[in-house]
Parts: sequence; C-alpha cells; structure tokens
Amino acid sequence: MSETFTKSMARNIFYGGSLFFFLLFLALTFDTESALPDRDNRQAITEKVALGKKVWEEHDCIGCHTLLGEGAYFAPELGNVYKRFGNSTEAIVGFIKSRPENGIPGRRSMPQFNLSDEELEAVAEFLKYASEINTNNWPPNIQG
Amino acid sequence: MKYQSQAVAKPYFIAAIGLFVGQILFGLIMGLQYVWGDFLFPEIPFNVARMVHTNLLIVWILFGFMGAAYYLIPEETENELWSPKLALLMFWIFLVAGALTILGYLLVPYAKLAELTMNDLLPTMGREFLEQPTITKIGIVIVALAFLLNIGMTLLKGRKTVVSLVMVIGLTGLAVFFLFSFFNPDNLVKDKFYWWWVVHLWVEGVWELILGSILAFVLIKTTGVDREVIEKWLYIIIAMTLITGIIGTGHHYYWIGTPEYWQWWGSIFSAMEPIPFFMMTIFAFNMVNKRRRNHPNQAAVLWALGTAVMAFLGAGVWGFLHTLAPVNYYTHGTQITAAHGHMAFYGAYAMIVLTMISYSMPLMNGRKAANSNKSQVVEMWAFWLMTVSMVFITLFLTGAGILQTWMQRYTDTPLNFMAAQEKIAVFYWMREIAGVVFLIGLTLYIVSFFVGRNDPEAVIEEKAAA
Ligand code: HEM
Ligand code: HEM
Ligand SMILES: [Fe+2]
Repeated sequence: MSETFTKSMARNIFYGGSLFFFLLFLALTFDTESALPDRDNRQAITEKVALGKKVWEEHDCIGCHTLLGEGAYFAPELGNVYKRFGNSTEAIVGFIKSRPENGIPGRRSMPQFNLSDEELEAVAEFLKYASEINTNNWPPNIQG
Repeated sequence: MKYQSQAVAKPYFIAAIGLFVGQILFGLIMGLQYVWGDFLFPEIPFNVARMVHTNLLIVWILFGFMGAAYYLIPEETENELWSPKLALLMFWIFLVAGALTILGYLLVPYAKLAELTMNDLLPTMGREFLEQPTITKIGIVIVALAFLLNIGMTLLKGRKTVVSLVMVIGLTGLAVFFLFSFFNPDNLVKDKFYWWWVVHLWVEGVWELILGSILAFVLIKTTGVDREVIEKWLYIIIAMTLITGIIGTGHHYYWIGTPEYWQWWGSIFSAMEPIPFFMMTIFAFNMVNKRRRNHPNQAAVLWALGTAVMAFLGAGVWGFLHTLAPVNYYTHGTQITAAHGHMAFYGAYAMIVLTMISYSMPLMNGRKAANSNKSQVVEMWAFWLMTVSMVFITLFLTGAGILQTWMQRYTDTPLNFMAAQEKIAVFYWMREIAGVVFLIGLTLYIVSFFVGRNDPEAVIEEKAAA
C-alpha cells in the first residue's frame, strides 16, 4: 500500500468505521424491535406455546430439522408443518407419537420421545404459532 | 520460543487436535446416516451426532485460539505471561467441562441432560450450536474471563503492538457476544434475532480479528517483512470486516419474521463481506513475495497461504453465492448452506489454528525454527489431503444443494423433502468418500508430529534469499 496512506489513517478507519456501523446496527435493531409486534405473532404466545418451545428445545428437534430455515438439513422444515399437515395440530401430535422405538429399517428415522399428552399438544401449538409468523412469504412452497 | 511461559500453549494445541479427530469421526457417522438412515439408530440419533460434531468443532477452535494467544501475546508484548499457572488451571477446567458435556450428549437422552443440569432455572439449551447445558455455558464464561484477565494483564505490562491489540479486541468480542447465548425468550423471532449475535457476529465479526492477527503474526515471523507494513494491512482488513460484517448480519434476517428492509441492508452489506477476505489473500501472497528471508518452516508458510485462499473461497465465494435475498429465498437452509458452512469454517478457522500450530509447535518442542524435512513433507501431504478433500466435500454438497433447491423449491411441482433427498443420495455417498480422505489427511497430520524427530532441522540454502 502507498506511503501516503498511513497506519494511523488505517487505524482511524477501523475504530471510526466499526463504531459507526455498530451504532447503525443498534438503531436498526431498535427499529426492528418496534416493528416486531405486528409481525411475530406474539399474541399467540400462550403458556402452552411457551411450554412447547421448551419441549422443542429439550429434545433438540433443531438437531435434525430446520425451523424457518435454520437448524439441521437432515429432516423436513417445520416452520410450516402445521399448514403442510392440513392446519391440524392433531396430525402433528399423531405423527410424533407414532414414531417406532427402533426406527424404520434403512430410512432416516425420528426418535420416539415418549412425550406426555400435555407436551405433545404444547409442541404442536408451538409449531402452529411458528407457522403464523410473517416470514415474507418464505418458504417458496408448502414442501418447505 | 523467546519466553518460557509461551509453552502453556502446547497442551491447548494438543487438546485441539484430539478434539478435531473426534469432530471428524462424528462427521463421518452423520455422513453415513445421510444415506443409511438408521445407522446407529436409536443409540446415536443424528441430532446427537450433530451436537457432538459441531460442539467439538467450536471447542477445538476455542482451544486453538487460546493456545495461539498464550503463544503470541508474550512474544508480541515482550514479557512473560502474567500467570502460566492460571492458564494451566483453565486448560484443565475447560477440558474436563468440555469432555463431560460431550459425554452427557452421548450417554443420556438430551431431555434427561436438560433435567439433570436444571435447564428449567435458565433455559438456554436446544438451539443450534448452543446446545451446551447452561452450567457448561457458565463454565465457558468463567474460563473466558480468567483467560482475558491473563492475556490482558500480560498486555498491560508489556509492549503494545497492533497485532496483540487486535487479537485482544477480537477475543474480548468473542466473550462479550457469547453472553447473548443466555438470552432465550419465548418469542421465537427474538430468540432467532439475538442468536445470530453470537453466531454471525462471531464468525463474520470478531473471530476475523483473531484470524487476522494470527495471520499477521505468522507472516511477520516467517517473511521478515517490516511490521509497519503488515500492521497497516491488518488494520484495513479488520476495518473492512466490521464495516461490512456488522450490518451484514442482516443476511440472516430475511425470513425469520423480521422486517422486509433487512433484505436490502443484508444483501448490500453482506455482498461486501468478501472484500476483507480477498484482501487477506492479497496480503498473504504479497508479504510472502516480499519476504526478506526464506524461513525453514515451509509447512507453516503453506498453511498461512492456504488459509488465505481457502477462507476467501469458503467465506467469500461460497458466502456470496447465497447471500443476496432473491437467491437466499430458494437456498435458505439447504445443502448449499452446509457446503458453505464447511468450507468457511475449515478454510478460515480450522486452518488458521493449524497455521499457528505449525509455526509454533516446532519451537515449543525445542527446535530453533522448524521441524525436519521429513516431518514437513508429511505435514504438507496432510495439508493437501485435508484441503483438497474439503474442496470436494463442498462441491458435492453444492451439487446436492442445487438439485435439492431445484426439485423442492424452484419448481411448480415441488417434491417433498424426503423424496428430494433420495434423489440426490449419490452426492451424499461421494461426500462421505471425500470425508474418509479427509480423515486420512488428518491421520497423516498427527503422524507428522512423530516422524523425523531425531533428524536435523530443515535448512534453507542462503542463495535463495533475495
Ligand atoms: C469428514 C468430514 C466431514 C463430514 C462427513 C461432515 C458431515 C457433516 C454433516 C452430515 C453435518 C450436518 C448437516 C445437516 O445439518 O444436515 C455437518 C455439519 C457441520 N459441519 Fe461437518 N463434516 C465433516 C467435516 C467438517 C469439518 C472439517 C468442519 C469444519 C472445520 C465441519 C463443520 C461443520 C459445521 C460448521 C456444520 C454445521 C453446518 C450448518 O449448520 O450449516 N465439518 N457436518
Ligand atoms: C469465515 C467466515 C464464515 C463462516 C465460518 C461461516 C459459517 C456459516 C455457517 C456455519 C452457516 C450456517 C448457519 C446455520 O446453521 O444456520 C452460515 C450461513 C450463512 N452464511 Fe456464512 N460463514 C462465514 C462467512 C460468510 C460470508 C462472508 C458470507 C457472505 C458473503 C456468508 C453468508 C452466509 C449466508 C447468507 C448464510 C445463511 C444461509 C441460509 O440462509 O441458510 N457467510 N455461515
Ligand atoms: Fe452470516
């Protein structure tokens, strides 16, 4: 690099630039927080949904599935599974409940988690809540 | 080695390599489960293997960063480490906590682990990469604080170079942003929003400072180029990193419930994120071309150049590939993401740690500058095997991802997920074969530490030095 561009100029760009863009990021975060109530379906977060999120987390569902496109890529997207299963929480419960203990021979298998009825309903409610978040029309189609 | 206390880096590096092996073994298990669905089921379900694979990755990279700091900071600041004892104590705490956590994943069902570690008190588990029990996370914070204290005190009482300053800023940022892993609201959108403050602001933010400073250090040492020049480069590279990378976080805010404007902010700024990686490549090759001496540790120079190229390919090129919102709409959460994640993590962070190990291990083992020729030849074979097989892993996953996107997303007659997966199984088989080659490379890498130990050091004939 040329001699007229000095180290202290580079340093100032680093500190000044980083600070400026970090502050801009905070401002955008602040604006996002104020826009979220209209988008994130928070009115649907009941105690049951909160429990469902905990069930989701404590069985590490994200270790195989994606949720709104984030997670693992081994098993289907679940952000829209409520809609894929015909807007039915019962269908979700039925699916989770019926996983065979020893898997399906030769196929990618989902574990049998032996969830209680309360937990099953809660996790299905959680997925229903997730499916009603405004995701800017993602995923492109029902297959996720 | 100029200071006695730099030697505390050695156990950190040995642990890093050991955990790296574990990471790859579990990667191969998962790779097989991709095509042989019930392999090891129900003993090791895919999600358990994945936690082990990714958490071992993060932990060994952290061991590597800490080892690098313990080696680099005393040398840069020109004085002994503030407390080598504290560094060793933290080593054992971190290793034991890490091992217990991994054993927990493998030996009890995850829900049971959550119960045993009282996840209820402060639920933080069950999110990608942050699967560790809350108590482990607290342990990580304690280790990080003790580490920063040690490094910070060393810096305070010594010479303050740009390299050491940048490294300390990076490491401090690493610890600060990790704190967001404790924030886990019921609101899924907010959970996801701040989750990226750990993950994205790490790999496309503060970790790049650590990467840059290690690269700068190794280049100063091996090329003998004037420190002023290298430090100027370092500043401008990390300036570009944060100027583009902070707002670049927006490339994760397209489809998770956050406002539409992130599609603009995220696309524009993250499209510029390859710039600092590209500068790193130019920088590394420039410095090596301008070298004032030929360093006998040619393996370390190879690793340094390799890091600069592979980080640019993995993060810069493969990142750019899917970062624009209209593209990401179709590729989000597909094998394209996995392809990029692999090459970027390997090319940037695995390779920079291996660069530092390659440079410093011979010195900590009592060599004047480098290992024997024989050892370096084996190490360079390992370099090529691992790096080329990672290129192939990336290419196969990219192929899988393009077809997956095509059949499941970019069509009027979408296949369901599992049907599409079956159609692309051949790519997963090829990925697994490339993975086996990677493991062979890693094995050779370990072998390189044991061959030619009694041979004389490699030397460079003086005429070569221009
Ligand atoms: C033998 C080689 C390897 C194999 C077969 C392998 C296999 C896998 C598989 C199957 C996944 C899970 C993908 C999914 O969620 O469906 C994964 C995830 C991951 N692996 Fe590997 N892996 C290997 C080596 C590595 C290496 C060397 C690194 C980095 C240094 C790495 C970093 C990662 C990361 C960061 C993820 C998470 C990716 C994401 O969330 O997009 N892996 N790996
Ligand atoms: C060394 C630096 C980098 C590393 C280690 C890295 C690693 C990763 C990983 C592991 C993921 C998957 C996260 C998940 O599991 O959800 C990811 C996602 C992503 N990365 Fe990077 N990355 C780096 C740099 C970049 C850069 C420079 C760009 C853009 C130019 C980029 C663009 C993206 C995008 C757009 C996604 C989201 C993919 C999706 O929608 O599924 N990355 N990265
Ligand atoms: Fe990112």
